[in-house]
Amino acid sequence: MIRFAGDSGDGMQLTGDRFTSDTAALGNDLSTLPNFPAEIRAPQGTLPGVSSFQVHFADHDIATPGDAPDVLVAMNPAALKANLPDLPRGATVIVNSDEFTRRNLAKVGYAANPLEDDSLADAGYHVHALPLTSMTVEALAAFDGLTRKEKERAKNMLALGLLSWLYSRDTASTEAFLRAKFAQAPEILEANLTALRTGHAYGETTEDFAVRYQVAPAPMTPGTYRTITGNQALALGLVASAYRTGLPLVLGSYPITPASDVLHQLSTLKAHGVTTLQAEDEIAAIGMALGASFGGALGVTTTSGPGLALKSETIGLAVATELPLLVIDIQRGGPSTGLPTKTEQADLLQALHGRNGESPVAVVAAQSPTDCFDAALEAVRIATTYRTPVILLSDGYLGNGSEPWQIPAAAQLPDLTVRHTTEPNATDERGEPVFHPYLRDEQTLARPWAVPGTPGLEHRIGGIEKADITGNISYDPANHDRMVRLRQAKIGAIADSIPPLEVDDPSGEARVLVLGWGSTYGPIGAATRLVRATGAKVARAHLRHLNPFPADLGDVLRRYDRVVVPEMNLGQLALLLRGTYLVDVRSHTQVRGLPFTAGELAQVVHENLMEVQSQEVTV
Amino acid sequence: MTTHRGSAPVNPRNDSRGSAPVNPGNSTTELGLPTRRGTEGVPTLGDGSTQTKKDFTSDQEVRWCPGCGDYAVLAAVQGFLPDLGLRRENIVFVSGIGCSSRFPYYLDTYGMHSIHGRAPAIATGLATSREDLSVWVVTGDGDALSIGGNHLIHAMRRNVNLTILLFNNKIYGLTKGQYSPTSDVGAVTKSTPSGSVDHPFNPVSLALGSEATFVARTMDSDRAHLTEVLRAAAAHRGTSLVEIYQNCPIFNDGAFQLLKDRDEATGRVAHLRAHEPVRIGAEGSPEAKVVVRDPEGRLQVVPEQAVPQGHTVVVHDPADPDPTSAFGLSRLDDPSMQTVPMGIFRQVERPTYDDGVREQVQQATAGTTRDTASLDALLHGRDTWTVDGTRPGQVEQLLEGETTEGPTPAAGEALVEEGEEVYEDEGTP
Ligand SMILES: Cc1ncc(C[n+]2csc(CCOP(=O)(O)OP(=O)(O)O)c2C)c(N)n1
Ligand code: SF4
Ligand SMILES: [Mg+2]
Repeated sequence: MIRFAGDSGDGMQLTGDRFTSDTAALGNDLSTLPNFPAEIRAPQGTLPGVSSFQVHFADHDIATPGDAPDVLVAMNPAALKANLPDLPRGATVIVNSDEFTRRNLAKVGYAANPLEDDSLADAGYHVHALPLTSMTVEALAAFDGLTRKEKERAKNMLALGLLSWLYSRDTASTEAFLRAKFAQAPEILEANLTALRTGHAYGETTEDFAVRYQVAPAPMTPGTYRTITGNQALALGLVASAYRTGLPLVLGSYPITPASDVLHQLSTLKAHGVTTLQAEDEIAAIGMALGASFGGALGVTTTSGPGLALKSETIGLAVATELPLLVIDIQRGGPSTGLPTKTEQADLLQALHGRNGESPVAVVAAQSPTDCFDAALEAVRIATTYRTPVILLSDGYLGNGSEPWQIPAAAQLPDLTVRHTTEPNATDERGEPVFHPYLRDEQTLARPWAVPGTPGLEHRIGGIEKADITGNISYDPANHDRMVRLRQAKIGAIADSIPPLEVDDPSGEARVLVLGWGSTYGPIGAATRLVRATGAKVARAHLRHLNPFPADLGDVLRRYDRVVVPEMNLGQLALLLRGTYLVDVRSHTQVRGLPFTAGELAQVVHENLMEVQSQEVTV
Repeated sequence: MTTHRGSAPVNPRNDSRGSAPVNPGNSTTELGLPTRRGTEGVPTLGDGSTQTKKDFTSDQEVRWCPGCGDYAVLAAVQGFLPDLGLRRENIVFVSGIGCSSRFPYYLDTYGMHSIHGRAPAIATGLATSREDLSVWVVTGDGDALSIGGNHLIHAMRRNVNLTILLFNNKIYGLTKGQYSPTSDVGAVTKSTPSGSVDHPFNPVSLALGSEATFVARTMDSDRAHLTEVLRAAAAHRGTSLVEIYQNCPIFNDGAFQLLKDRDEATGRVAHLRAHEPVRIGAEGSPEAKVVVRDPEGRLQVVPEQAVPQGHTVVVHDPADPDPTSAFGLSRLDDPSMQTVPMGIFRQVERPTYDDGVREQVQQATAGTTRDTASLDALLHGRDTWTVDGTRPGQVEQLLEGETTEGPTPAAGEALVEEGEEVYEDEGTP
């Protein structure tokens, strides 16, 4: 596992991303974790300005970006200082010694230059202090058209070249990437290529590195793959849903980290019939999406927690009007502005309950970057079948993280064909055909979706309580009671279409179940593998559907002596499970803006196993 | 770096008098595109068939207070809609919340009674995704100018093809009589028992400042004028803002009485008619007044018989690309209602947002088909590799062309030359 860290201006995200691409192309399984400051440019050389990108790759199935890096590339003292606490003994540290000036050291509170004393070696690190900046400038000496500053910028490519050598990686795909990117700027292109190759050549000629790593390809199901981030997968999932429903996709969105990428991606996909509207605020964004839904389109809005808060009244309107609508919340640290670039899963209760009145909506969550694709299709299935808003929860870790994706065949994706209502659905007392906008489907309890432009089905909908069946305004107490229950029952009915919860319990004898939702999927998987490697038995399950829950969830919970629920919040799912099933689940929580580490979770599982065992003895 | 695409604005001037609109400070390319009507693209009735007011009247009982100005507007709209000759099912009324916002329930078209202030946003999504609909917004002074102010100004700025009927009764009716953003300073209401200290908006000035392309004012009780304005508003492609002075007999009775009383009105109302002098009172009558531009460029009201030297009578030109004159006219109106211009202040051509959005999608999809092959191509993107099933783990690298359309690699875009990173945004939190 490698972590690239530097100043936010050092191009670490790009370096990490290219290394990821080369790694994926080699067939290693991988998982990434970008970590960057909230400020576009935090003061140079300071701790808050440190940006990093971690790649975990291996010759086996990987569930997380990994806990502790084997190699740290630190472009300045701040990057070194910020990342040392995560570094295990024996790790390799490559630093750009050019940046270890007295001034830079002072900025982050280093009294002495750690490269000059034995502190790093004493801590068990293999340190390679290389003057990366001057090496780059030297390598680019012949480039007369570039300023010194411009030359210095290519140092990330030099570092990438060196790492590529260290891990026996070909630089071909990065070269191709640079060629496409700088087709218009031949000199910058050549400079970047030169820096890249210089780094690679340096590795080959120097004797500084005793070991060179060779990571064999991971065994993967045969098929065609690409590397994809969660936000990309989500955008593709939305377009695929539009294809499979036969509806035009209309996105209303207002930029917010970490959701903006989805808006960016979709705005490039007009050729697939996608319409994107950048609204004046989140309220307008969801309003536009709902307006499009009323018109018969697949209305979607994307945002993060603060935006979801603003959208709540319109979600309520969509609940009352019973129109399909997809609301996507790519969660970040809260409350308020919180930690815009860090991850968290603390919007679960907001999604379920953050509205006035009894206002049930379906809630689904994605569990890995590639799963964002499937989650989008499932959310659209529910929204269009049940004529309801659906909130899809992703988070910053999933949205920005990447992994290899086995590309599905379009024809194999679920058929979600939607047919709008075109005919009257009842007759009046004189036997004339009439249209009742709130006459429901018996099975799904969905109301008809008759769109403007359909002759004979003219009707009015709105947020005021509607009479059952006719949809006329109604203040009748009994009707309101009935409608509140009908809307709830409709969301409940979705459970009939959800498969039973998949429980991973290889021996069938586990007594402890780890239950998660959302992006804890990877860390929980890695942790259970660690625990099982010790011979212990543990079961795990992961929830795609948060509202309604799968019908058998209560039975599953009651099958185990102990249910552990790790969450990146203060126990929101645990609260729901306890309230719904009266099962005393154990909540394990962490809100550091970062995913769980496998080691930490394995420890938690282990402790619970011990407790359950000791109870057996005392009973 | 920003790049500009798309067509330059169409010549906004439609000047029948033929005076060349020379405006050197504002050079635009005249493409000579034919003007599109507001209802173009909306299906019309077949030959011979007609509709009547009854066709547009729903079976719902109208529930405004007796004497409410909203009744008159509803009657005028129901009476006028058949004239458009559009198929009823292709007309949609979207409203916010307020007494006036109950409007859609009483029309037998498609309708949505939405939430407070948000109708322009919802209507924008609907109008943009459905070219074949005639979309109307019904809103009140509180709905449009208070809670929904943001959506209103942005709809007008974008010039979405909508007709917005803004019922201005200078009060919150539905919530039983609090002052609104159009209430006068000093207004004594439920929430301002000592008189309001809150300075009001002039909705016409606000609309003009928001880049609206069609701005008009009319009166609930003047059926003929209301209908004439509605007809022009519906014909206009882009956002048409129609401010309707509406009496609320319960909470703000007589707010516009000075303009309804025939004698009073004659001396106060300046009827805006294209290419005519802006005049108050009958032409040639001894009391007639006109609006003039003084040597400093300010607008003033003076007796028609005594226009001072150096002052020029303002001839109304709603198609003037420069909104200065229209804005000046809108400022003549103050709470004393000494001079109140009524009619169409501004009516200019500008590409609409919805047409522009649709055009980009149409251009991008031209000649393409939406089938599994195109979806497969999209899902594959540009950087793929295949894993061969025969020997587990064996990998073959396929590097396809880097130019295929599709999502860009995560951090792939941008950078090196800017030395900046993609994930970083959200400037000052
Ligand atoms: C979010 C929200 N806030 C407040 C209200 C209460 N409310 C309903 S209508 C209204 C004011 C309506 O005034 P106006 O738009 O002038 O309409 P009128 O009733 O005068 O026609 C208010 C404050 C509401 N329905 N929703
Ligand atoms: S309160 Fe005023 S505006 Fe509302 S219905 Fe009654 S009269 Fe009309
Ligand atoms: Mg009002």
